[in-house]
Amino acid sequence: MLLDILSWASVGLILVTSVALLISQSWQRSLLFLSLQYLGMFWLVSLHWPMTMAAVKLVTGWIAAAALGMSQPQSDQPTSKEDAWPQGRLFRLLAAGLVVLVVIASVPTVTDWLPSLHTLETLGSLLLLSMGLLHLSVTARPFRTILGLLTVLAGFETLYAAVENSIMVAAMLAVINLGLAMVGAYLLSTPPREEASE
Amino acid sequence: MNAPLIWIGLPLALAGVLLLIRNARLVSILGSTAAIILTGLAWFLPLDTVITLGSYAFKVAPSFSILGRSLTVGAGDQGILALFYGMAAMWFFGALATPNGRPIVSLGMAVIALLVASLAVEPFLYAALLIEIALLLCVPMLVPFDSPPQRGVLRFLIHQTLAMPFILFSGWMLAGVEASPGDLNLVIQAGALLGLGFAFLLAVFPLYAWIPQISEESHPYAAAFILFIFPMTALLFLMGFIDRFAWLRANPNLPGILTSAGLLMVVSGGLWAAFQRDLGRMMGYGAVIETGLALLAIGQYQAAGVSIFALLIVPRGLGMATWSLSLSRLKSEAGSLRFSAVQGMLRAYPSAAVGVALSHLSLLGMPLLAGFPPRLALWEALARQSAVSAGWYAIGMVGLLIGLIRTLAVLSMAPDNTPWRWQDTWLQRVLIGFGLLGMLTFGLFPQTLQPLLARLPLVFEFLGR
Repeated sequence: MLLDILSWASVGLILVTSVALLISQSWQRSLLFLSLQYLGMFWLVSLHWPMTMAAVKLVTGWIAAAALGMSQPQSDQPTSKEDAWPQGRLFRLLAAGLVVLVVIASVPTVTDWLPSLHTLETLGSLLLLSMGLLHLSVTARPFRTILGLLTVLAGFETLYAAVENSIMVAAMLAVINLGLAMVGAYLLSTPPREEASE
Repeated sequence: MNAPLIWIGLPLALAGVLLLIRNARLVSILGSTAAIILTGLAWFLPLDTVITLGSYAFKVAPSFSILGRSLTVGAGDQGILALFYGMAAMWFFGALATPNGRPIVSLGMAVIALLVASLAVEPFLYAALLIEIALLLCVPMLVPFDSPPQRGVLRFLIHQTLAMPFILFSGWMLAGVEASPGDLNLVIQAGALLGLGFAFLLAVFPLYAWIPQISEESHPYAAAFILFIFPMTALLFLMGFIDRFAWLRANPNLPGILTSAGLLMVVSGGLWAAFQRDLGRMMGYGAVIETGLALLAIGQYQAAGVSIFALLIVPRGLGMATWSLSLSRLKSEAGSLRFSAVQGMLRAYPSAAVGVALSHLSLLGMPLLAGFPPRLALWEALARQSAVSAGWYAIGMVGLLIGLIRTLAVLSMAPDNTPWRWQDTWLQRVLIGFGLLGMLTFGLFPQTLQPLLARLPLVFEFLGR
């Protein structure tokens, strides 16, 4: 019973943080949501993996968030506006709502494919995957792109944890997550892009 | 001593050392020398056999265990290793004559080591993870520290990263298909995931928008290195899938799917190339067409496809290296590779312009150049199968030819009475000259590639046998 409640809470956390990540414009809040998102993912992964191994995902995610946070410009410049269409929060919220509906509808099918997954795990991982993809599709900024990729990977890792528990895979996925964060940090440290007039 | 340590561990360590050296020339020379030594070792060093040097005897074991899994480099893999490091030596040496060559060598060495690891890892499915790690190392090559990141790099990162989950999942499903081959639903699901994974990884139509973008926005030499080494690894990985799963190999639809994907890339790449106004993008579409040709060759795996595929690799590497080296020169002078910027540059930079033109011609399959023998064999194989496919192939090549004619027109369109000047440096002339000489040699004497062709199919247990 308690496990179920915690799993529901994790899925709820993933839903709220992934949507918030999509509409948030401040990098501080985005990184906070990303960190909380990893907490939800950690719980879902721990349903299949030993707590110590699942904790690797959590710690990796938090280090990735910290790396991205440390590489943000130090000045008090306002957060750069998204240059890709569409920019409106309302649009993103509506798109997220549509994605949530699609995810809910597809959970039974995916659970059929992967019988070792519980419905809640499927729901949580699909939410992460689809919100990450939505994020990638509405952004052209390096920071946002890395957030989207980390979200997609978090969703994939939650799904994959149910079918693969190799230490080597866990280690390589951790390296990939950290590598993505480092790439993000590197891209953030380069001069900002000036939009070419076309 | 063991083989993965020599061809994976040592290059990774060397890459770390090269990153610390500031002198770009020294980095190029050290990197290419190390790559040549690794090529020689791959070609001549016997594995799993006692070797006696005076009073000292040792054996190079083929396997190395790490975290419960293993990296295995068997005797059959040595041809591939020699190819990887031989090509790397060529690229690293060419980096001597390009600005921004240092990261191409130091990070490139690490990338090559990781890609070799991806072909050696057991279970082979984990290759997708190693390829992903390698591509993360490519970002600093494409975006120097003082340049803003452009959209192409972000798309490259997104597309290649999305490939990994699909491939890992499909691999897990394929194991299920092996256990119950009669489960049609499982076969379809696994096939669809595998197809999507490789479509992202190989940038199959329409997922290749990032290729011309990075060719235009990034340094041409770095972009071309990535556009050569990643598709080559991904294609070998794809062949590994086909080789290992009997049901996949025996699937009657697979050759058709591969041929259609290849033709789509050749035709669309050729048609787009005809309308480009940027030499970098033109090279990007050239890379798309090369991958399409490789897919066409693999599609003939039941016949001579594996040999044709092997025959395509060296001309592709040589052509892309010469092409991008020449473009690097033009870009560093003109600031951009747009037609308006490079107009008339043939008279000031004749060796770079000739390098661009001949590499383009080799890609087209011009007789006497390196690209001709594999293209002739491939076109013949296609025509034997279907005249329509051969016709589509020709349409793609016509598009590419139009692109070449436009390139030549722009490069030679100098104002009247413009004098001829040789502004290329001697090093650039020599390196471009070597590239052109290589293209002519492999075009006139394709049998020089025979030893490589004989060893490459040994990687596979069933394909090409």
